[in-house]
Amino acid sequence: MIHYFEGQLGHVFVIVAFVTSIVSAYAFFKGRNSDETWSSFGVKLFYVHSIAVLGIIAILFYLISNHYFEYHYVYSHSSKTLPAYYQISCFWEGQEGSFLLWMFWNALLGILLINTNKFWKAPVMLIMSLTQVFLASMILGVVILDMKIGSSPFMLLREVIDAPIFKTNPNFIPEDGNGLNPLLQNYWMVIHPPTLFLGFATTVIPFAYCIGGLIIGKNKEWIRPALPWAQFSAMILGVGILMGAYWAYETLNFGGYWNWDPVENAIYVPWLVLVAAIHVMIAYKKSGSALKLSLILVVATFVLVLYATFLTRSGILGNASVHSFTDLGLSGQLLIYLLAFLTLAVFLIIKRWKELPKSKEEVSTYSREFWIFMGATVLCLMAFQVLAGTSIPVYNSIAEGLGFELNMAPATDTYSAYSLPQLLLSIFLAILSGTGQFFWWKKIDKSKLKAELAIPFVVSLVISAIIIAIGKVTDPYYAILLIACMYSIVANGKIFFGIAKSNIQLSGGSITHIGVAMMLIGILFSSGYSTILSKNYTSMVWSSEFPEEVNRDNLLLFINEPRQMGEYSMIYKGIRKKTKEEGFVDQNELSLTLNPLRVARAQGDSYDTLTLINPENSYFEVEYHNEAGLAFTLFPRVQINDAMDMIVYSPDIKRKVSADMYTHVRTFPDPEQDVEWSEPKEIKVTIGDQFFINDYVATLDKMEPISSISGDELDINDVAVKAVINVQGEYSDYQAEPIFVIRNREFVGRIDDEIRDLAFRVSIQNIIPQENAVVLAYQTTQKDWIIMEAVKKPWINLLWIGTFLLVIGFVVAIRRRYIEFMKIRDKGVEVL
Amino acid sequence: MKSKYIFAIIVIAIAIVIVVSMTGDASSYVTFSEAKELSQKGYQNSIHVVGELPKTLSGEISGIEESPDKLSFKFDMVDENGFRQKVLYANPMPTDFTRSEQVVIVGAYNGENFIAEKILLKCPSKYQEDPEFTS
Repeated sequence: MIHYFEGQLGHVFVIVAFVTSIVSAYAFFKGRNSDETWSSFGVKLFYVHSIAVLGIIAILFYLISNHYFEYHYVYSHSSKTLPAYYQISCFWEGQEGSFLLWMFWNALLGILLINTNKFWKAPVMLIMSLTQVFLASMILGVVILDMKIGSSPFMLLREVIDAPIFKTNPNFIPEDGNGLNPLLQNYWMVIHPPTLFLGFATTVIPFAYCIGGLIIGKNKEWIRPALPWAQFSAMILGVGILMGAYWAYETLNFGGYWNWDPVENAIYVPWLVLVAAIHVMIAYKKSGSALKLSLILVVATFVLVLYATFLTRSGILGNASVHSFTDLGLSGQLLIYLLAFLTLAVFLIIKRWKELPKSKEEVSTYSREFWIFMGATVLCLMAFQVLAGTSIPVYNSIAEGLGFELNMAPATDTYSAYSLPQLLLSIFLAILSGTGQFFWWKKIDKSKLKAELAIPFVVSLVISAIIIAIGKVTDPYYAILLIACMYSIVANGKIFFGIAKSNIQLSGGSITHIGVAMMLIGILFSSGYSTILSKNYTSMVWSSEFPEEVNRDNLLLFINEPRQMGEYSMIYKGIRKKTKEEGFVDQNELSLTLNPLRVARAQGDSYDTLTLINPENSYFEVEYHNEAGLAFTLFPRVQINDAMDMIVYSPDIKRKVSADMYTHVRTFPDPEQDVEWSEPKEIKVTIGDQFFINDYVATLDKMEPISSISGDELDINDVAVKAVINVQGEYSDYQAEPIFVIRNREFVGRIDDEIRDLAFRVSIQNIIPQENAVVLAYQTTQKDWIIMEAVKKPWINLLWIGTFLLVIGFVVAIRRRYIEFMKIRDKGVEVL
Repeated sequence: MKSKYIFAIIVIAIAIVIVVSMTGDASSYVTFSEAKELSQKGYQNSIHVVGELPKTLSGEISGIEESPDKLSFKFDMVDENGFRQKVLYANPMPTDFTRSEQVVIVGAYNGENFIAEKILLKCPSKYQEDPEFTS
């Protein structure tokens, strides 16, 4: 039975949310100049709006958790076996759900703003409501004059998909859903998207203060309340980006944490601009300069977030990204969203431009503003550099719109396209973040400069020299970056200890800068000096057609055959399944049951059953040995998802203090392909004989009659015998037990036994009672293998430690700015 | 005001350098014949070619040769113009390679052979559209 009511109720909530956001925007516009009647009406509507948003989410979650597969969203993104904690992830697999998540954060933040800031309530909430109008329109799902506006998550399957079954049976409901993309079935994917969307949602707040301020003519007062929010936003966005990087490192198979993928770039760019905006806002607060730049950068941040949304959700990236987003036909709407806010902002800035205070006289090189301004410029150049390359698909579309073909494709060499330019600009960034702090905290002139900077400079040079010598940093760019980062750490460290003595609350900036410098060093070593241990020097060149410089970074490992690789000898031990009861269990010991989550294992004559944690996952056990013996064991994974026809490999990582050992399997024998067996070979043996099967020493231990075959009792007229053959493998013994049956005294049956690890199967061809012998037949095949890549990533932990410092620094800074704002608000000194 | 302009000029200069190097680094989508022309002209950069794997009448993909150590392989690809080209790839064959619907290769010609540095696969995804329902 189709559950119509729930979906219709959900759709009503969507419409309510859309309409209330429009009306509350109008009310806040009317009440912008502290008209209490209008603005309290707006507040009420915004509360109704928020309840409607919660209603949409609750209903969608209800549909998902009750497996109502008659709904397209539920069918596409979930399945019956999906655990409850991943049902939340269904929200961000689909576009409709992710817009919903964004709306949810916006509504929550709106309520927070309503209750913390009275004066700014109307103008700020006007912008907040406007963004909700656009977001709600994305999930509206109505068609007006042949124009599709939004895509509703409450569409029935039959309304979306034109399958023949719906013609014969309109009430058809599929048995199960398609399930969640295996890539999203990871704990990081439960927390990373909400964090990132909270970052997205918070970028609108500084923008709302800025635009709200311009609307009511408070052209500069907006900076004080906007600053702590901008810092909060930069922190959340930064954490969200790094969570994504960490997820990619742990789950994806491109071998690192950052790939310059358009989706990564699209959010990295606004983050850089936001950080630049924070710096000029702080400069403005201190000295009253750079107001215009603050305005432009705050607006640019939000517009770039909208641009990121457009890039990733309009389908314009096409082949350019590994992240696949279905094009819902909303690109036009997304473009309108982007252009509407851009136009509004540009219009207001032009309107108020003349009223903005003219910047004062020439900025001196010895002023702190100069250094902050330089830093912001470098950040913006970094952002521009990435933006220019990431927008290539957009140039193609624009050219197409103008009637000619451009055919540009994204750069293939990401090192020269992104890594190197970003590295060069980072050198300036590190130097500026060190020096800028001195100018910020101390009045410095020409004479003092030398005295202040000499010691940090010399100290960092000495430390860098030692690291360069030990770490063999021969690349000149890397060496310069290392020196610059070291200088930033030492200089900011000196400032930190200076400030911390008097007032630790002011130390946010220096902590953050140290964090960034550490992150840069971590990236420098883990990416620049990652070494591939699985380099394949010995392999003969198969084809002379290959050029000589082709990369051979992968190693073929046959099961139980050790291969030396640098300091380690590696052995592939076979495929494992992960069970709740006993952890990793050899796949060959397990057999399927009717329940996909349960597997059976033979224990002598009986079976016990084990529970699989995820039946789609298989793990490759790889042992690393060194001179001292077994060093560690890794379990890289493959996830085979039949519903989506996806094969996903995930690495396994051994984390050490100084380096990560990263191992990932590239390919293994396709389990869907039939095994090719050799021609059978016959061998006649008597009990106790030793012989060879596939070069392994085997012994025929005994022959014994049996009364049942895999649990089925034999008929009275049937006779069955099994041979017990012991085979010595490389590391352990195996038992093969082929069976010979005579049914009804005349039909011969042979049940062979396969030893997967040793790549053979054996059957009893014949029994010769007179000679007390049996004729065995065996066939061999290729041994199991994996092709894997092993990479050592040194000092990657510096990247993560730096991230933590960055967050701590931000928290300290936000706290300081928020306390300052509260004090002034409560005193009523400023217009509030 | 003077140093302000100098600063602006420097920033604009860097921006121009960024744009120029971006266009230099950018690759392009071409057909095999265009790619060959480019390589004969001495163009060094990698380019993108979009195509499909040729199938025999029985639906099997033809032209795949794997090296004995499985660490590299060769395959045939047919571009938009129907031109069939041998492509060499110095990496193991992706597990779902033969299941792919569309292949994008990134690389360049080396004599008569196309050497791919990267292979992007577009696999038919049931989740996109049109699932086959059986009641």
